[in-house]
Amino acid sequence: MLEIFEEMFGYQFMVRAITVGLLVSLCASLLGVSMVLKRYSMIGDGLSHVGFAALAAAAAAGIAPLKVAIPVCIVAAFLMLRISENSKLKGDATVAVVCSGALAVGVMISSMSSGMNTDVSNYMFGSILSLSEEDAMISRILSALVVIMFLVFYNRIFAVTFDENFARATGTKAGLYNGILAVLTALTVVIGMRMMGALLISSLIIFPSLSSMRVCKKYRTVIISSVIISVFCFMTGITVSFAKSTPAGASIVCANLVVFALMSIAGAVKNKGQLRKKA
Amino acid sequence: MSLIRCEDVSLGYEGKVILQDVNFRLDGGEYLCIIGENGAGKSTLIKGILRLKKPMKGIIETDCGLKNNEIGYMPQQTEAQKDFPASVYEVVISGRLNKLGMRPFFNKKDKKDVMDKLELMGIAGLKNKCFHDLSGGQKQRVLLARAMCAAGKMILLDEPASGLDPVATKELYELIEKINREMGITVIMVSHDTEATIKYASHILHLSHRQLFFGTTGDFLKTDEGRNFAVRKEV
Repeated sequence: MLEIFEEMFGYQFMVRAITVGLLVSLCASLLGVSMVLKRYSMIGDGLSHVGFAALAAAAAAGIAPLKVAIPVCIVAAFLMLRISENSKLKGDATVAVVCSGALAVGVMISSMSSGMNTDVSNYMFGSILSLSEEDAMISRILSALVVIMFLVFYNRIFAVTFDENFARATGTKAGLYNGILAVLTALTVVIGMRMMGALLISSLIIFPSLSSMRVCKKYRTVIISSVIISVFCFMTGITVSFAKSTPAGASIVCANLVVFALMSIAGAVKNKGQLRKKA
Repeated sequence: MSLIRCEDVSLGYEGKVILQDVNFRLDGGEYLCIIGENGAGKSTLIKGILRLKKPMKGIIETDCGLKNNEIGYMPQQTEAQKDFPASVYEVVISGRLNKLGMRPFFNKKDKKDVMDKLELMGIAGLKNKCFHDLSGGQKQRVLLARAMCAAGKMILLDEPASGLDPVATKELYELIEKINREMGITVIMVSHDTEATIKYASHILHLSHRQLFFGTTGDFLKTDEGRNFAVRKEV
């Protein structure tokens, strides 16, 4: 076991991938709790597809991918939250439209420019090799920013997640904090999708918080435990991926899946115990 | 000067008027019940007062320096929060948010206020319990405590007792009266409970898409509508 770790940290690209991945897992798990509770679980999915289209466009135009993907995803996040609030298209339908629409656009762009090559596959399923040192640096800075913003706005994010109407009624600018949530989520998705892939990044957002909600009953403990779960699953997944040469994204999601199953069982046992105590 | 004043107010959704020509004023320490049938525009008026909705016509004015961050609000119970993991303490302290200003975190004063309000509602022992594991009556007390944390001078309640059993309902009304009498906080409440309305309210606003009556409870009971109202159990 130790030998694997030693070998893993011996490679420059692995150190890069692990530092970025840990930070992204941290961000995703923090934001995931609010996303799941606000019934926006699928928004990560929608954003990642938009990100895919943006990356494809950037690659075709020969521009640095993150510079295009970040603003595009932030705009998309705003639009999706706004549309699902106001219009007759309900949240899930909006996301579905955006998801498949953006995917189609992305595929069209890449097939017209360079053809369906390994680049496209990398965007879809992620690759730890695709991170350049510059990308890694931007990713680290942005994810640190996401964590700091989340902590600073923690109490406000709780309030708009728990009861938006009350928050609004008592003078909290709910729209502003929803906007901040959207921006932070968009950033996390863009940073994470290079490694996890467009198809798998949303699981990084949803799984840890769902797992911890099986067992924990307080907002703060849910947040803390989902961070722990997320980081643990990332490390497990990436180690397996390194040892068995499986794709990193899929390995991490599988680790999350196992933890989710275990936590569901633990939650069921705990609830049963409580019922018995009451009776 | 009165605490809140509505003049010729009309409210509605997407160009359709739901409620029109509402005129009333309320002074500090009064207890107003808004009554009327389902869909009469009661909750819409509450939204107007909370500035969640802009009036289509007329003005809703809050005087005496009453700011939005001095109004406490207790919404109708919603199912959306059913599986939300949050402790009672976390829910109640979120009511202090409008006192934060530019600060990111709560301080000792905020925390003390939360404990005071929990004591006031008699639920200090539930502090660490999960909100959605509580009974209906306990939940409403938690939401009332949260509203009190947000309130300075006025508290708005939208059918606080709906779905509660008679004992819990009585206890809740007594708590609200205590807030009104002892702390001098103005109460505006939407209610379907005629008995409680007549017993506790100092003023009554009767709505049915427009204003049928506004005045003191005593005056209301002298009108035909009021006498009819008093013999019915529910509106």
